[in-house]
Amino acid sequence: MAYVVERKPLTLAERLYLPQIFAGLRITLKHLFAPNVTLQYPEERPVIPPGYRGVPTLVRDPQGREKCVSCQLCEFVCPPKAIRITPGSVPADQPDRLHIEKAPQAFEIDMLRCIYCGLCQEVCPEEAIFLQNQYSLSGYTRAEMVNDKARLYELGGTLPDQHYKWDKKKIAAEHGNTH
Amino acid sequence: MMQPLPSDLITVNVDGQDIAVPKGTNMIEAARLASVEVPHYCYHPKLTISGNCRMCLVEMGLPVVDPATKAPLMDPATGKQKINWMPRPTIACATNASPGLHIRTNTAAVQDCRNSVTEFLLINHPLDCPICDQAGECKLQEHSTAYGRGYSRFVEQKNVKPKRTQLGPRVTLDDERCILCSRCVRFSKEIAQDDVLGFIDRGSYSTLTCYPGKQLANNYSLNTVDLCPVGALTSTDFRFKMRVWFLKQTPSIDCESSVGVNTEVWSREGVIYRITPRQNDAVNDTWMADSGRVLFKEVSAADRLSWATLNGVQVTQGKALQAAVDLLSGRGGRAESGAVKGVAVVGSGRSTVEEQFLTQKIAAKLNATVALVSRVGVGDKILVSADRNPNVRGALVTGLIHALPEQKLTALGAAIDAGQVQVVLSIGEDLIAAGLTGAQLAKVAVIYLGTHQNATSAVASVMMPTLTVFEKAGTLVNQQFRLQKFARAVPGLAGVSDDLVTLSHLLNALSGAPLGATLGALWPVIAAEVKVLAHATYDTLPSTGLLLDSTSWAGLPFVEGETLHFKSVRVTGVTS
Repeated sequence: MAYVVERKPLTLAERLYLPQIFAGLRITLKHLFAPNVTLQYPEERPVIPPGYRGVPTLVRDPQGREKCVSCQLCEFVCPPKAIRITPGSVPADQPDRLHIEKAPQAFEIDMLRCIYCGLCQEVCPEEAIFLQNQYSLSGYTRAEMVNDKARLYELGGTLPDQHYKWDKKKIAAEHGNTH
Repeated sequence: MMQPLPSDLITVNVDGQDIAVPKGTNMIEAARLASVEVPHYCYHPKLTISGNCRMCLVEMGLPVVDPATKAPLMDPATGKQKINWMPRPTIACATNASPGLHIRTNTAAVQDCRNSVTEFLLINHPLDCPICDQAGECKLQEHSTAYGRGYSRFVEQKNVKPKRTQLGPRVTLDDERCILCSRCVRFSKEIAQDDVLGFIDRGSYSTLTCYPGKQLANNYSLNTVDLCPVGALTSTDFRFKMRVWFLKQTPSIDCESSVGVNTEVWSREGVIYRITPRQNDAVNDTWMADSGRVLFKEVSAADRLSWATLNGVQVTQGKALQAAVDLLSGRGGRAESGAVKGVAVVGSGRSTVEEQFLTQKIAAKLNATVALVSRVGVGDKILVSADRNPNVRGALVTGLIHALPEQKLTALGAAIDAGQVQVVLSIGEDLIAAGLTGAQLAKVAVIYLGTHQNATSAVASVMMPTLTVFEKAGTLVNQQFRLQKFARAVPGLAGVSDDLVTLSHLLNALSGAPLGATLGALWPVIAAEVKVLAHATYDTLPSTGLLLDSTSWAGLPFVEGETLHFKSVRVTGVTS
């Protein structure tokens, strides 16, 4: 349906044109003396605010032990199906972790698929996967953009742990339980 | 008022809804008939009642009668018979329905019972769900979601019990997860007839274990894993392989014997991870043998045949097919041209009904003699019968054979020695294992259709690969003459044609009369030609199978003895 756009006649100030000129000059002058906000990316990097959802990574606990138990909940919840886990047993060369029984054999996140939604971090029952500060990824091939387990741990590093759930279980198992 | 009912039915009232149930039904099943779920752990419809989990507590009431006259006492407010509600809840599994019984499952008291039982069960249950294979199909997990409080009030230390115990070669036990329902104990005793499991110690120290010096090693041990409502008993083979919620279930049939156990094949992205039983109360209840659960490993076996060969050289499927047609129609091969061709077909009791039908057509077209190889073992009287061919009766029904197969192909061997047979078409049967010698095979041209390498595939003139039972769909006829269907669980090996396609191409090339290569196209032909299958189609076949009229074969000396839900009419001595 056609409708009429009402065009109001210009006021005197608008017709003079000068007030707008001076307003513009004022802004320019203000920025001439204000502190610089442009970042010289990539030489300069922005400060990442807490809670930022960067590249998903696997983290170790403060003792440097693997936290993921390959429950595959992140694989299940991942909307673009970017995560692929091959579950397995804890390797025999880690005797202090044998009571955890399960660990990922392989863990891959396809960063060409990842949408940085953070559902994997939210669903993780072991607090093993975190979206951290890393935001810039590039690669020459598709294969390069798939983060494997070693790369995920390299990106993730170590984060503090408040629970030590499996350590508590181990202590209980070793000392038994008096009713 | 109560309607008059057939004598074996009684009326009970579940949450205000009147429903007719058979006599002797317990309250859980009566509620199930009324579409009301009563949560339970220890109760299993195929095992005896033990009533120890207390999860199925419901309120129960009985109609009031005058003690003196036995006349129903009516409630003037409602005009119905008064109900005397019991002051305390009862367990629904161990209480049989009686006429006029009233059950309430939705009251605050029942809800309270379930919440409390759940809280008690969770007191000592470890926080293992992330590493527990049962997660996703765990009754405790499901009922905790429905009836749990979401946090724990338990401040003391949880119990410590043995973890990762190997109960037997195929079963791993985690005692901390056990809720002491005793389903596995009852199964071992009642169904597997191998009473090796039991509880030791008392109270919260109670621990499931094997009798000293014994193992849970019987061929039905993995049923305890299926039964276990929690993750206490897990399959060592399936341990940490894949989460169940990723797996697709496909109805299938266990091909290890003629029992035809109904199974569920669990696969993800074309890879099979496990096989579990599928309930069929007329065949296998809810059980299956352990030996049938590992059969899927043949799909990815290293000796799988994945391309066609002509005299040992890899060729395309089309070339192999043409060479086979040439051999069968007498236009090539080792015999001198012009010689009279004798063709023998060795069919298989492992083929599906549809494949046997096509084989029969090919044999009839070629005027070939047909033999089948029998496989006889020792039946265990539960779910593995003496006949290890799953579909000998299918061959009888489709007319491929008219007598029971021999264990050795001596007649065929003699015919080869006498020079009457020049070409042998073998449908998946290893002729050397079936009693022919290498010298005999050297005298004839062998066309072999099979899934795996063996002595026959190595010497075959023409070899065409086929699919395993997990990669194709079809029907089998079990020992009860029950026609049962199975579906395709995973896609076939790349480059390998479906068996039906290969056979129907052979038939078409030989007879010139095209016959369908799909189940949908074949079944109208089968139904039209085979009298006992007259009303069957693959699509409309019920999931529990269709019992065929077996009177034509009643006199045959089948080798099966007794198994669950089957008793052979004539039991013959079994030699293996």
